[in-house]
Amino acid sequence: MNTSFLAADNLTDEYADLQKMVRDFSQKVVAPVSAEHDKNHTFPYEVVKGMAEMGLFGLPFPEEYGGMDGDYFALCLALEELAKVDQSVAITLEAGVGLGAMPIFRFGNEEQKTEWLPQLASGEALGGFGLTEAGAGSDASGTKTTAREDGDEWVINGSKQFITNSGTDITKLVTVTAVTGESQTSDGRTKKEISTIIVPTSTPGFTAEPAYDKVGWNASDTHPLSFDDVRVPKANLLGERGRGYANFLRILDEGRIAIAALAVGAAQGCVDESVKYAKERQAFGQNIGAHQAIQFKIARMEARAHAARSAYYNAAALMLAGKPFKKAASVAKMVASEAAMDNARDATQVHGGYGFMNEYTVSRHYRDSKILEIGEGTTEVQLMLIARELGL
Amino acid sequence: MNIVVCVKHVPDAQGERGFSDDNTTDRENVDGLLSELDEYAVEAALKITEAEGGEVTALTVGPADAVDAVKKALQMGADKAVHVSDDAIAGSDALATSLILAEAIKKVGQPDIVLFGLASTDGGMSVVPAMVAERLGLPQVTQVSTLEVADGNVTGRRDSDVASETLVASIPAVVSVTDQINEPRYPSFKGIMAAKKKPVEEMSLGDLGVDAGQVGLDNASTKVLDTTKRPPREQGEVITDEGDGGKKLVEFLAGQKLI
Ligand SMILES: Cc1cc2nc3c(=O)[nH]c(=O)nc-3n(C[C@H](O)[C@H](O)[C@H](O)COP(=O)(O)OP(=O)(O)OC[C@H]3O[C@@H](n4cnc5c(N)ncnc54)[C@H](O)[C@@H]3O)c2cc1C
Ligand SMILES: Cc1cc2nc3c(=O)[nH]c(=O)nc-3n(C[C@H](O)[C@H](O)[C@H](O)COP(=O)(O)OP(=O)(O)OC[C@H]3O[C@@H](n4cnc5c(N)ncnc54)[C@H](O)[C@@H]3O)c2cc1C
Repeated sequence: MNTSFLAADNLTDEYADLQKMVRDFSQKVVAPVSAEHDKNHTFPYEVVKGMAEMGLFGLPFPEEYGGMDGDYFALCLALEELAKVDQSVAITLEAGVGLGAMPIFRFGNEEQKTEWLPQLASGEALGGFGLTEAGAGSDASGTKTTAREDGDEWVINGSKQFITNSGTDITKLVTVTAVTGESQTSDGRTKKEISTIIVPTSTPGFTAEPAYDKVGWNASDTHPLSFDDVRVPKANLLGERGRGYANFLRILDEGRIAIAALAVGAAQGCVDESVKYAKERQAFGQNIGAHQAIQFKIARMEARAHAARSAYYNAAALMLAGKPFKKAASVAKMVASEAAMDNARDATQVHGGYGFMNEYTVSRHYRDSKILEIGEGTTEVQLMLIARELGL
Repeated sequence: MNIVVCVKHVPDAQGERGFSDDNTTDRENVDGLLSELDEYAVEAALKITEAEGGEVTALTVGPADAVDAVKKALQMGADKAVHVSDDAIAGSDALATSLILAEAIKKVGQPDIVLFGLASTDGGMSVVPAMVAERLGLPQVTQVSTLEVADGNVTGRRDSDVASETLVASIPAVVSVTDQINEPRYPSFKGIMAAKKKPVEEMSLGDLGVDAGQVGLDNASTKVLDTTKRPPREQGEVITDEGDGGKKLVEFLAGQKLI
């Protein structure tokens, strides 16, 4: 019988070694600067440089494009380890790989791949993916940004909202969805034709507006973008014209597994911090961990993290085996983001007043975790997708 | 420029380190890893061969698990590895360890430089490099925070409290480096995958022509009779400033003979 399916405590050598290495990096390099970047809302360039040197941005890409010849599961393991201590750092990697580089790898032609992937896979440059607009989030058909043909160029006008990694000093491109025309459906309605276009951030007319003041993910870079007669070559069309929306859905499907991994890291980070604290903190003459109420709270947290991890391992295994994984990815994203949110709340409770102090890791998880239930498809969107997969 | 870098497998300092019944280091109950101070030696070796060409061989003496130490060195970029393991080695002291290392280095073929860390993070005696140099009859440049290779020489700076010395030795030489010398790299995933294909040669005492009667716990030149756990750190003295804080601080420091 073949029992070599992925299991958390039975990882093969290279996965286990990668996990160990990123865990070590997270503790020694990331954790010491997390509170400071969170407090000052600064982008952790030095940490990103370290991750780049370890090849984390190239994990799922082949060597010919400057990648590490690993796979998507390797990326997930790295995200989980980073997110235990710092979700901002983890989302920077997740968005850099999943939203910045992956669309180009999946849908780019040879020129686009050779031009952009080596820079992105080495972590020298970051890319963003701009879909969300003021009137288009869960429902992308509300997209208003347009790209009009003019000779050899696209002329882009409009604005985007909440775009990760779009305004750092090393951001080189944002791939945007834009309306490139209209088509008639069989029942006579007009339907927007949405395409994806690569916009180098140095293009005149492209502006990353001042960063948002967010509840969490303070060290992650998020901006509104505006496009004012932005002219890029026709050759910057990514994938087929009119397939922008469909392409982007594929990217989101796999992205959900990565977000689930990140959320599991957050959930586990909350468990780890709570276990440590419960063994140290005294109340009523004993460690608070000796009180059954605290034990049960932490045991439940562990169960949530464990179950969510199993869910993302399963989705990743399906994806790597080339099997349908849409439902598994949505389930993983939903249960993992809820586990993170629930664990962050409970971990804060275990830490008492200290848990409400911003410099504590659990307080950061408390502020950071909420977005996990919103970004890359809200919980409601996951439920819609799961229901659809069930034929409802 | 061929380099042998000696790396020790030690219990993780993050774990609950302790001793076994025979007063030797407990290596069973705590996960082991490449002694962190030896990462600097590996990095120094890689920097030299990256600039000058040549091969880096990672060498460790230790039980079966110790192969993890050379594996880490291979992941960082070393080219090949040697793991000396033999039941008779258990409990060896620094003299015996240096003998085995020296014989293993001869067996590998005399390199241009033999690199060491400052000290192991468990035994921490900081004597093995000098002993190996003596056994190989090579000049030693130990505990340096800089290292240059040029014109057939190695040059390094050894910093102490009162002076900085610049040491020069002709190659071949033995060098040990401090944690000030560089910033050791993290292995990349490519490095992890590549390490799986790199050769690790296993050697026993027999292969080295070392007599079991020269090594091991029973032949150590000193004997550990007893060990006690370090007492928990006592709470520091708090001086409350009631207008005379400065004076009290000075009194405290003078009382400790610190000023
Ligand atoms: C920090 C951060 C980073 C982000 N990074 C990016 C990025 O890099 N690129 C990018 O394109 N976007 C990004 N986003 C945007 C994010 O993906 C969207 O916010 C998200 O998809 C939700 O869209 P919305 O905000 O428009 O909410 P809406 O779509 O307006 O949703 C509002 C509420 O209504 C619910 N809802 C909507 N439709 C239904 C329905 N049919 N049934 C039931 N409930 C429904 C939603 O679940 C939600 O609770 C980011 C957002 C944040 C906060
Ligand atoms: C009386 C006595 C009994 C001891 N009994 C035991 C025992 O039973 N079990 C036990 O584990 N230890 C024992 N030790 C400790 C043991 O002697 C030392 O761990 C060992 O000899 C190396 O010395 P060190 O760790 O102090 O190395 P240091 O001199 O501090 O190391 C300097 C450098 O030498 C290299 N190096 C050291 N050891 C190795 C190695 N094994 N392989 C490759 N490179 C190496 C590394 O580059 C290291 O950075 C005993 C020590 C004494 C004095």
